[in-house]
Amino acid sequence: MAVDAGQLSAELAGLDALELGGDRGVSPARRLWKATWPKLTAVAIAVALWQIVVWSHWKPSYVLPGPRPVFHALGHDVHTVVFWRSIGTTMRRAVTGYAVALVLGLAVGGLVARSKVLRAAVGSFITGLQTMPSVTWVPLALVLFKLGDGAIVFVVVIGAAPSIANGFISGIDHVPPLLLRSGRMLGASGVGLWRHVIVPAALPSVVGGLKQGWAFAWRSLMAGEIIALVGHRVSIGQQLENAQNTLQYVNLLEWMVVVLILGIAVDSVFAAADRSLRRRWGLLTPPG
Amino acid sequence: MTLVEAPPRSATAVALTGVSKRFGAGPGAVVALDGLELTVRRGEFVCLVGASGCGKTTLLNLVAGLEQPTAGAIETSGLRTALMFQEAALFPWLTAAGNVELSLRLRGVGRRDRRVRAAELLDLVQLGGFGHRRPHELSGGMRQRVALARSLAQDAQLLLMDEPFGALDAMTRDILHDELERVWRDSGLTVLFVTHNVREAARLGDRVVLLTSRPGRIAEEFAVDIDRPRRIESADVAALAGTITERLRTEVSRHGR
Repeated sequence: MAVDAGQLSAELAGLDALELGGDRGVSPARRLWKATWPKLTAVAIAVALWQIVVWSHWKPSYVLPGPRPVFHALGHDVHTVVFWRSIGTTMRRAVTGYAVALVLGLAVGGLVARSKVLRAAVGSFITGLQTMPSVTWVPLALVLFKLGDGAIVFVVVIGAAPSIANGFISGIDHVPPLLLRSGRMLGASGVGLWRHVIVPAALPSVVGGLKQGWAFAWRSLMAGEIIALVGHRVSIGQQLENAQNTLQYVNLLEWMVVVLILGIAVDSVFAAADRSLRRRWGLLTPPG
Repeated sequence: MTLVEAPPRSATAVALTGVSKRFGAGPGAVVALDGLELTVRRGEFVCLVGASGCGKTTLLNLVAGLEQPTAGAIETSGLRTALMFQEAALFPWLTAAGNVELSLRLRGVGRRDRRVRAAELLDLVQLGGFGHRRPHELSGGMRQRVALARSLAQDAQLLLMDEPFGALDAMTRDILHDELERVWRDSGLTVLFVTHNVREAARLGDRVVLLTSRPGRIAEEFAVDIDRPRRIESADVAALAGTITERLRTEVSRHGR
């Protein structure tokens, strides 16, 4: 019995519809809420614990102020120029350092990833760099760059670049061999293979490295700013140091809260990029 | 739609003469193929069947030029060759259309032509409405059809298929047999199809070549004189599959002794 073309089309279409099942889209608002509420809850719990510690009178309240005066001070300071100038200085250093780290990390990662021997040799060295606490670089930075933005940016670069390089290298290490074979079969080789197969396949890992690199950059930046104070310039680190020296403990905690909020804000941008990439690459398991 | 200029059916597409492939050296060496002689005509659909270890995949890799034979010669008459695997091996970061377009791009087809051609090819494998989907949003059978479209986008004249439907359920496989047969018939492709499924081979092939295992040699060739289009459950296909299976069992039992 022969199958005519119309019947075959109908069968294929039916089979496709059955195998795909229904589309169930989640509205963006709902997705945002699902991503946000656990974070909000965690913040609420942290603030509550802080308040409980204050209430326990473990330390006098002028040494360890509670959330209420701290958030009150924050509410006041956001209307001042100095507040935003401090954040501006710090973020400018963060962005500069991170940008340099990005270029350096991707360049080193890309070079090292090209050869297996280099990967094995330099890879472990890069991981070693990554585990070094960023403060250990501050004295050398001061020697090399004198007191100034250069020293702080240097510490940020050294903190972030290894993670970025490592993300790239491990991404290339884990390109599925099947995709390489497939790419070669389609006629890709050399630069074409890199451009069309290797780099896209490594991208989720690269973004993971960028995210981790940011966390390291942010830590390094704070260490750098607190230790290497650049006299005339207000920054977050300078505000922290200042608050401690002048016994303004409310301000000390206030600026710590600012650091935390900024860290979370930038991290959630990276996390969102990471998630959307993984979803598009089909690497995300369905929610559950 | 004609994809390739219909060649004279008598012309030779693939000729293997005395092809041997050995992996390793010395007493530990494995002889995958030994003195293989095989000729495939242009436009012919040849199925290779055999038990495990008959070197089916090695044979395809040799014909595709991914590996070199230890001895003998392989002539593919300068045909453009595409290879399909059991896994669709699509690029997950590209849509179905993007995967097909990349294949065209690597052949140097211009942007506008790529788009048009990819849409045509997806229509050809009846996935016209699915070009915007990513591989993980498609079923296994649909991914294999995208892979088929991608192979056709290589403008291949010789299609090598390594158990392409092995991972699919029986229903999907059955429909894809019809689909492949239709595409093959309309395009004038030469197909070398490897499978361990004897019925599949009898359903699809103009000729079924049975290989022995360790080392792989040609045990017997079966001409399939059954009118197309065929059905896998037809009595003729079943009868031929029975004959081939008997022969295969005899072959396999040699290894138990």
